[in-house]
Amino acid sequence: MAKTHVTMKVNGAEVEGLVEPRTLLVHFIRENLQLTGTHIGCETTHCGACTVDLNGMSVKSCTMFAVQAAGADILTIEGVANADGTLSALQEGFRMMHGLQCGFCTPGMIIRAQRLLQENPNPSEEEIRMGISGNICRCTGYQNIVRAIQYAAAKINGVEFQEAAE
Amino acid sequence: MNYMTPTREQREAKLEGMGCKRKRVEDIRFTQGRGNYVDDVKLPGMLHGDFVRSPHPHARVKSINSEEALKVPGVLAVITAETLKTVNLAWMPTLAGDVQMVLADGKVLFQNQEVAFVVATDRYAADDGINKVVVEYEPLPVVIDPFKAMDADAPVLREDLAGKTTGAHGPRKHHNHVFEWTIGDKDLTDAAFRNAEVSIKEMISYHRTHPSPLETCQCVCSFDKIKGELTIWGTFQAPHVIRTVVALIAKIPEHKIHVIAPDIGGGFGNKVGAYPGYICAAVASIVTGKPVKWVEDRIENLTATSFARDYHMTTEIAATKEGKVTGLRVHVLADHGAFDACADPSKWPAGFFNIVTGSYDFPTAHLSVDGVYTNKAPGGVAYRCSFRVTEAAYCIERGMDILAQKLGMDPAELRLKNFIKAEQFPYHSALGWEYDSGDYHTAMRKMMETVDYAGLRKEQAGQREAFKRGETREIMGVGLSFFTEIVGAGPSKNCDILGIAMFDSCEIRLHPTGAGIARVGTKSQGQGHETTWAQIIATEIGIPADDIMVEEGNTDTAPYGLGTYGSRSTPVAGAAIAMAARKIKAKAQMIAAYKLEVHEGDLEWDIDGFRVKGLPEKTMSMKDICWAAYNSVPPGMEPGLEAVSYYDPPNMTYPFGAYICVMNIDVDTGVYKIRRFYALDDCGTRINPMIIEGQVHGGLTEAFAIAMGQEIRYDETGNVVTGSFMDFFMPTAVETPHWETDFTVTPSPHHPIGAKGVGESPNVGGVPAFSNAVNDAFSFLGSTHIQMPHDFWRNWRAAKNLGVFAA
Ligand code: FES
Ligand code: FES
Repeated sequence: MAKTHVTMKVNGAEVEGLVEPRTLLVHFIRENLQLTGTHIGCETTHCGACTVDLNGMSVKSCTMFAVQAAGADILTIEGVANADGTLSALQEGFRMMHGLQCGFCTPGMIIRAQRLLQENPNPSEEEIRMGISGNICRCTGYQNIVRAIQYAAAKINGVEFQEAAE
Repeated sequence: MNYMTPTREQREAKLEGMGCKRKRVEDIRFTQGRGNYVDDVKLPGMLHGDFVRSPHPHARVKSINSEEALKVPGVLAVITAETLKTVNLAWMPTLAGDVQMVLADGKVLFQNQEVAFVVATDRYAADDGINKVVVEYEPLPVVIDPFKAMDADAPVLREDLAGKTTGAHGPRKHHNHVFEWTIGDKDLTDAAFRNAEVSIKEMISYHRTHPSPLETCQCVCSFDKIKGELTIWGTFQAPHVIRTVVALIAKIPEHKIHVIAPDIGGGFGNKVGAYPGYICAAVASIVTGKPVKWVEDRIENLTATSFARDYHMTTEIAATKEGKVTGLRVHVLADHGAFDACADPSKWPAGFFNIVTGSYDFPTAHLSVDGVYTNKAPGGVAYRCSFRVTEAAYCIERGMDILAQKLGMDPAELRLKNFIKAEQFPYHSALGWEYDSGDYHTAMRKMMETVDYAGLRKEQAGQREAFKRGETREIMGVGLSFFTEIVGAGPSKNCDILGIAMFDSCEIRLHPTGAGIARVGTKSQGQGHETTWAQIIATEIGIPADDIMVEEGNTDTAPYGLGTYGSRSTPVAGAAIAMAARKIKAKAQMIAAYKLEVHEGDLEWDIDGFRVKGLPEKTMSMKDICWAAYNSVPPGMEPGLEAVSYYDPPNMTYPFGAYICVMNIDVDTGVYKIRRFYALDDCGTRINPMIIEGQVHGGLTEAFAIAMGQEIRYDETGNVVTGSFMDFFMPTAVETPHWETDFTVTPSPHHPIGAKGVGESPNVGGVPAFSNAVNDAFSFLGSTHIQMPHDFWRNWRAAKNLGVFAA
């Protein structure tokens, strides 16, 4: 099948590649760019494991073609840590609050939560639950994921993290 | 210089040993997308394989034509049963003593069964190839309903078993019969029912469901022709067993097979068994001389790998008028699908289902199980449960509620009246188990107090009156469950897989600087072993957990172990770790005695080293002992500080718990609202409370999904109608309730650190709590039992059947 040349910005760097028009964005990221933090759990837009940030929106990269992302500005989990290599507030929140177990959903969760906090820096528990409802986790039961996001929101807002009363 | 000697507490805290909420070391890589899962393995020249699958649930395969497929650019080979026959691999043995087709051999027996394997340069080309393989089928009559599988005129499914009147577990009664398993005292039990003042009988079904971890099953196989070695990276919960199975069936010497299970994206039992994908990828690598990757998609995972449950349990309980249980009789009809590929220890055709007497002191019980073949996917697995314990717990906990209803008794009171008492442990159950320890009354009372059980029942009574007066259309349910799990498979006296005893293992090596590595025969799929195993070692030998690296999943380096499933890691491998650590400590003590110039018996252990009794300033830290182990051991002693332990447990462990669910259901819509869910677990000694709580949350979420909606469903033509996350209920953060957790601690008396295992308890105890809540809500309208899953539609239908709508 004839290939198309695409360029885009991923984690701040210009990248390029030759892809078939039918190549999915997630495959371009994982295979061509060798950025394997973005995962595949369903290939049908249900699980959110493949979520990336594309031009300021959370996008499931398993149901978008790489050619559709030509020229886009993309952030994957590999671009999330602080510039000095330390964990970002969200990454730290997931670790501190035990917001992951097998870790397979985690990159998609963190990318999604990062966008959520940019849209709404101080979300309520209900807004967090709604905000991550496109991401499935099979291991943690969500409660600690919600706490992880609350922890990060507090840290970003410079206030002390307080556990919501039961 | 002015420094303070660290206090006892400071020294202890530095170790981050057992009981500490140590943050997980795994998370540093997982939160940065630096995990290494199977699909991340990429090798030079690697090919990709994908399956042609059957659209028919039952059909004769008349021909397979690969000609056009082989012309597709990038397609290198199409493997069929004929290819596999040349290497004797057309059929493979199952874990349950049956055989299973790897690729359709003459006919197909379930929808989406593997028919041919296309190997190509990338997954897109493989997919193109699949679409060009032409298979000619002749459809055959289909058996979907397990209750009709043994009808005299039922179609013959397994033609390969024609004329076989005995199977792996005794006589076969019919051409679609797999096995019959009976246990218990039939005469005594029948007598108990003849003399019963009260009895109940109900058919309680536990529907077919699926573990569906977020990462599907996958592997990369690479055969090196020059060395004659096969390397397999795979999503394996039990890598050593996979290596042995491959050695046995592929006839490659076991030391020339390297099995590596890297990071795994959840298992829940789905990744215990052996699937056709593994065999085909290995054969394809041998045939092409290139590494071959096979990655299953979600539809394949849901429709073709390892279902769970599908047990239909006719349950009878006999009791006195006062509510003292006197006998239990259960008959199970078990739907095994097309091949009996259940993951159970060899001697247990229905797993540990005979834990069905639960937490109660049944004087007598009798159980029989009939397995049948149907045109469904094979491979019943212990989905977040220890071999059919979920089914057993559901059966008895539903049964006890039905009995309470018949007696007009409160279900909590009935349970308290029949619990095994603390002083009865070790307790011998009527169906043959020896429960190690327990204190059920304390756990139950703590739960009842915390949630104000009496208050809830009062509120419910008020709500029922209001409903009858027509003031509300909401009904309220309070669902109790009290469960006893049986985990830690297991003792070689009763557990083996394919003849391999179910021990587990640990090897610890300490280096001169006081840091070390522990290699364990288990394989974490998210349970956090890298964190908790180091905590056990820290407490046992006084080296900080941060200085112990834990490694699992590489058969070249890890000692032989039976892997992680059935909540067996802590009860079995956790014990092996403690025992290996104790061997190290014993040698360390000899070294310390030599260096401190005292007799060994004059030393006592002191958090992170040894101290001379009566001379508190004369000490030697474990770190210093490590150094000494490599340069100044006592004369005649071998240098080094390492130990290995293979632990064969003397008994299973029996964690237990008390759960309660409070929910409201709107009868006009069937919509439920979980108001409260409280789970009290007793898993003995707690290694990392943070991780335990996390596992309980995860297990409860899976239990919620199963009880309230998740089901693998087939229509009557054998078509799977729940083949994606669109129609197979996957709860998100929005539906999932808030969880409250609590605990009591009753250590296991025979486990070196008293730990019992917890990963599956919330699933085992959670499902009956949800289901009992729904059933309790409807009970005052005259219903005794409504089958799961309790989705909105079924709730609405139940309300309708109970006549809550005006005609
Ligand atoms: S893999 Fe993209 S949403 Fe599941
Ligand atoms: S941590 Fe396993 S799927 Fe979320």
